[in-house]
Amino acid sequence: MMQPQASSWQLPPAMADTAAPMDGAFHFIFWFSVVFAVLVIAVTLLFIQKYRRQKSDQRSGKAEKGAPTPSRNKLEILWTVVPTLFIIVLFHVGFSAYIHNVTAAEGATEIRVFAKKWSWEFEYGGGARSPDLHLEVNKPYKLILSSEDVIHSFFIPEFRVKRDAVPGQYSFVAFTPTAVGEAHVFCAEYCGTNHSAMLAKVFVEEPAKHEEFLASFGRKPKLCGTPPVECTEEKWGESLFTEKACFTCHGTGGDGKLGGSPSPGPKLAGIFGHDQPLQDGSTVHVDENYVRESILKPNAKIVAGYANVQMPPFAGSFTDDQLEAVIAYIKSLK
Amino acid sequence: MAAITTAPGYHEEVDPNASYLENKKGLLSWLFTLDHKRIGVMYLLSVIIAFTLGGLFALLMRAELLTRGRTLMDADTYNKMFSLHGVIMVFLFLIPAIPASLGNILLPIQLGAKDVAFPRLNLLSYYIYVFGACFGIYSMIHGGVDTGWTFYTPYSTSDPAHGGVGSSSAVIPMTLAVLVLGFSSVLTGVNFIATIHKMRAPGLSWRRLSLFAWSLYATAIIQILATPVLAITFLLLTLERFLGIGIFDPRLGGDPVLYQHFFWFYSHPAVYIMIVPGMGIVSDLIATFSRREPFGYMAIAMSSIALALLGFLVWGHHLFVAGMSEYATMVFSALTFLVAIPSGVKVFNWIATLYKGSISLQSPMLWALSFIFLFTIGGLTGLFLGMLAVDVHLHDTYFVVAHFHYVMVGGTVMGFFGGLHYWWPKFTGRLYDEKWAVAGWFFVFVGFNVTFLVQFLLGSRGMPRRYYDYLPQYESLHQISTVGSWILGLGFLILAAMFVRSLFSGKPAPRNPWGSAAYEWLTPSPPPTFNFAKDPVFERGPYDYQVATDEELYDGFDDPLFPEKGVAEGEARA
Ligand code: HEC
Ligand SMILES: [Cu+2]
Ligand SMILES: [Cu+2]
Repeated sequence: MMQPQASSWQLPPAMADTAAPMDGAFHFIFWFSVVFAVLVIAVTLLFIQKYRRQKSDQRSGKAEKGAPTPSRNKLEILWTVVPTLFIIVLFHVGFSAYIHNVTAAEGATEIRVFAKKWSWEFEYGGGARSPDLHLEVNKPYKLILSSEDVIHSFFIPEFRVKRDAVPGQYSFVAFTPTAVGEAHVFCAEYCGTNHSAMLAKVFVEEPAKHEEFLASFGRKPKLCGTPPVECTEEKWGESLFTEKACFTCHGTGGDGKLGGSPSPGPKLAGIFGHDQPLQDGSTVHVDENYVRESILKPNAKIVAGYANVQMPPFAGSFTDDQLEAVIAYIKSLK
Repeated sequence: MAAITTAPGYHEEVDPNASYLENKKGLLSWLFTLDHKRIGVMYLLSVIIAFTLGGLFALLMRAELLTRGRTLMDADTYNKMFSLHGVIMVFLFLIPAIPASLGNILLPIQLGAKDVAFPRLNLLSYYIYVFGACFGIYSMIHGGVDTGWTFYTPYSTSDPAHGGVGSSSAVIPMTLAVLVLGFSSVLTGVNFIATIHKMRAPGLSWRRLSLFAWSLYATAIIQILATPVLAITFLLLTLERFLGIGIFDPRLGGDPVLYQHFFWFYSHPAVYIMIVPGMGIVSDLIATFSRREPFGYMAIAMSSIALALLGFLVWGHHLFVAGMSEYATMVFSALTFLVAIPSGVKVFNWIATLYKGSISLQSPMLWALSFIFLFTIGGLTGLFLGMLAVDVHLHDTYFVVAHFHYVMVGGTVMGFFGGLHYWWPKFTGRLYDEKWAVAGWFFVFVGFNVTFLVQFLLGSRGMPRRYYDYLPQYESLHQISTVGSWILGLGFLILAAMFVRSLFSGKPAPRNPWGSAAYEWLTPSPPPTFNFAKDPVFERGPYDYQVATDEELYDGFDDPLFPEKGVAEGEARA
């Protein structure tokens, strides 16, 4: 099996079939530019050196002038036409590689990708969503992107693919991973506070390993957390809390802090069993039902003082088992 | 064509021989002046303040990126920093920088006119600019914006206070600020077009127009045609935010990508509003410091117009991954490449002008040559982004950041500083210290390249832009870039000190310190209020070095490169 390889010092290792066409085009324009830039700069420096004004002339009181400028229409035409030919070639190289990359292979496996502030979720069929993208090597995929809030952009540098996830629309990326290894999904369209933390891991796996992943996916694993320990209900909840990026708004362990300042969302530790004041002036008793509702439909009851931050709805992100685990975890936070 | 008298009541009590700085004194005489040079100087001061502020935000951003995680500020503050950096640099600096300041000061002189066609409109446009800037400051005080300078919907339109998913309500005053600034830009454009058509002195045919004036003409066309689209877009944005009319927000049935089409329909041509005047300055500088008529004068002039027009056809290249049909991407990619042709024509003609010139590497020329180098790199990396497959990988990464900084800083800022150095003795009447000027240029040039060259690599390796934090593999390149920003900052600091010193203790400038044949050097430094002591009649072109007499080139000549020798020689000659 091919291992990911750095094809050049300028580009990340190539891990999908979409990389080769883009890399070819990239190196083509790169060397074209190097030659062109070196020529322009060299000729300029040469002329400066050769036609440098004699310093003494300014003291002699006699103006040293440049040579009269002839009119050379042929030259003007030449340096209009030659670049035109070049850019036709450049356009062609870029366009044919692009068309190759936007066409999905027959029978590609479909994966739904949900983008929201500030996490990615991947659905392989069957309802459960994973925060990581697990792929089988050498299998064609078609990813269907959508966004639940603002515009995000799905970007895997190792695959050379990028596509915006626009709310209210579906968009697609297609590729076949060609090398086993890990990569990242970045969000490339600015989307607010934690834009730069909107990352997901990509695992390109051997078929057997991938089967294993699909079989265990959505169920409570044997081990969880870092370092991995035996997975209790609460421990599982804790790792889901991290996976689903809840901590980006509620702080690690729901402590309401992020890098020293208050997190965008309220503190979760210690709220269970207490009364919570709401934005509309009423209060609510924090029990399993309220926490469940807060996760699935956060806008139903807004915590006092948090009208300006939106928690995205997580309806559909969790299986029932997973939701139970997260609730158990929040319950356990002191 | 007789010189047209400007607004009634304007000509009285003006001493035709006293310099524009001396005719009338006091703050009010500046605030209510109709003199294009004084208005230009006020613009100049304003855009330099904006540049300083935008630059400080940039330094803070780079400092934050020095290490992974939190270095100085939290993510929200960082996001506001880059947004304000962008908004200020684009709308308060780059767009007005050259036309409204140096253009205002120089255009009428280069035309042999007493003033612009509409002096009152000129002053109005300045105050609209100030008013727009006030809106911007208001927005900054009230929380600032974190949308980037592009204000993409729905992030910018859905107010979290009303159940939206986006940014704070300070977005509206900021977009209104930009809208107001647009009016100022349009008025300047109208004024310049009328001035160039109607105010040229006798003997100044279109073929004798300076290339700087040609570039201002091309720029004015874009300003007038493109800016209204931005105004309409921001009005729609405001309507959507206040009245909930669904235009861009999908929750209201709108289309967020439509906003991007509207926005770039203005903002791509705006790139040419920023760069074309810089190209004009460079054309003038190369002619003066090679003492040679520009090679392919008409080709350079017409390529400015071509850029202005082509600029309207390529906005789609900002949306290659946003969801356009394959057919549209193909057309926009092809049209984008066309822009390379007039840009190339300019570069080739500049270099051909150097051939057999009499080249002097005084400070303004250093900026002009830097422009050629950096703009070439900026232009070539633009070709990367025009190639569809390559753009998919590079879009919204640091590669794009580096590319447009090579065009906007390597182009516009280099042109602006080149022009500032070149015309400084003319409009302040003072010389500056050439050694410090060269030192400042050196640090700016080196610092700029250290800062931005590595960003190409960051981008091609996959580092997305507008990121507060990054993965470990990008750390060392980010650090080099940050160190570069300090060198760059130091360069500008040296220049600031150098110019301030020149104002207070610079030697008086002679009429023509560079030995240029251009018209503005035929009149005293600083020029009288009506630019020339008596209405000029031009018998030769501004680049006619073969016809220009030694006297025209050398009157009061004092070589700033060798001040001591120059003065001694000057005395000897006298
Ligand atoms: C984009 C930021 C954000 C993310 C991500 C986020 N939240 Fe929230 N969360 C909020 C905000 C803001 C509130 C308060 C406003 C409200 O009640 O809707 C909130 C409220 C809550 C509440 C109610 C708290 C109370 O004091 O009553 C719970 C429980 C909760 N979130 C759990 C979660 C869980 C579990 C996740 C991950 C699956 C999560 N949140 C992800 C922002 C976020
Ligand atoms: Cu995002
Ligand atoms: Cu553009």
